[in-house]
Amino acid sequence: MKHVLAMLLGLIATTLAAPAVLAQEEQTAPYAYRQLDDPEQEARAHDLMVTLRCLQCQGQSIADSDAPIAGSMRSLVRERIAAGETPDQIRDWLMERYGDYVSYEPRVTALTWPLFALPVVLILLAVVLLRRRFRSGRAAA
Amino acid sequence: MSGTGQDKAAKTGRWMIWLPLVLFAAFVALVMIGLFRPAPREVASTLIDKPMPEFDLPPGLPGRPGLASADLKGGEPHLVNIFASWCLPCRVEAPQLERLAAMGVPVEGISVRDRTADLQQFLATYGDPFERIGADDDGQVQLALGSSGVPETYVIDGKGVIRYQHIGEIRAEDIPMILEKLEEARR
Repeated sequence: MKHVLAMLLGLIATTLAAPAVLAQEEQTAPYAYRQLDDPEQEARAHDLMVTLRCLQCQGQSIADSDAPIAGSMRSLVRERIAAGETPDQIRDWLMERYGDYVSYEPRVTALTWPLFALPVVLILLAVVLLRRRFRSGRAAA
Repeated sequence: MSGTGQDKAAKTGRWMIWLPLVLFAAFVALVMIGLFRPAPREVASTLIDKPMPEFDLPPGLPGRPGLASADLKGGEPHLVNIFASWCLPCRVEAPQLERLAAMGVPVEGISVRDRTADLQQFLATYGDPFERIGADDDGQVQLALGSSGVPETYVIDGKGVIRYQHIGEIRAEDIPMILEKLEEARR
């Protein structure tokens, strides 16, 4: 109860103070909070949005984030999907500007290949070790 | 003969027994370094030394010119400041932009996700160093420029090529560096 009261007071305080202290960040991008009319296009846009990183919050995808810049990015994705661009083209366009950082989809690069190679190396090592162990076991018997 | 061979095997065995622990310690050390090293919070544009993307923004204020990428190809380097009235560090930066403008540096503005009335009030309160202000209300030009926040300031050379991106507010101590970047852009 105390908690709720404090929250209410805080809410009242911020709504009273906000106009005087700081102008609000406006979100006028048309598709920030509006889905595309074509459900198939919206599904494609959404699949892309969950793999793109919000530039300000950095721990969230633009599909999850309520940051205004994430709204701008969602609108960008939806507008471009509606205009007929493929998700890969849009991802490439963003990566051209923000680097690998903006994408959550793992890629094999000169830096990341060990991550992909290591499991294979470990499995091979395990196979070699196990074979040696079984062989020596049979030789002893 | 066979005895020494067994000794050798036993010795390597004794040494090998420590290997997993050593590997584990190395792994823990790696994780610790990753955990405690401060992660970079800034996302830099990868468009440096590339031409400014094409854009044509409507004016942010009635009666004042908007900003188009064509305006930045006049042969002289420009500063393009990404700002907004709702952005607190932009207020900190405002006097430095005025200083640069007073030195004769053309300063252009792109206001992001802003309202005309808020913008007018901001400029009246904190000063207006801008030659032109483009209103990027839906934030699409900001994304095209590879900008991830406000304020950011780009140095554009006379041919419209992005030469430098300053992330965060320009402080008094940054002015010599900004002037140097402008001088480099002139070459």
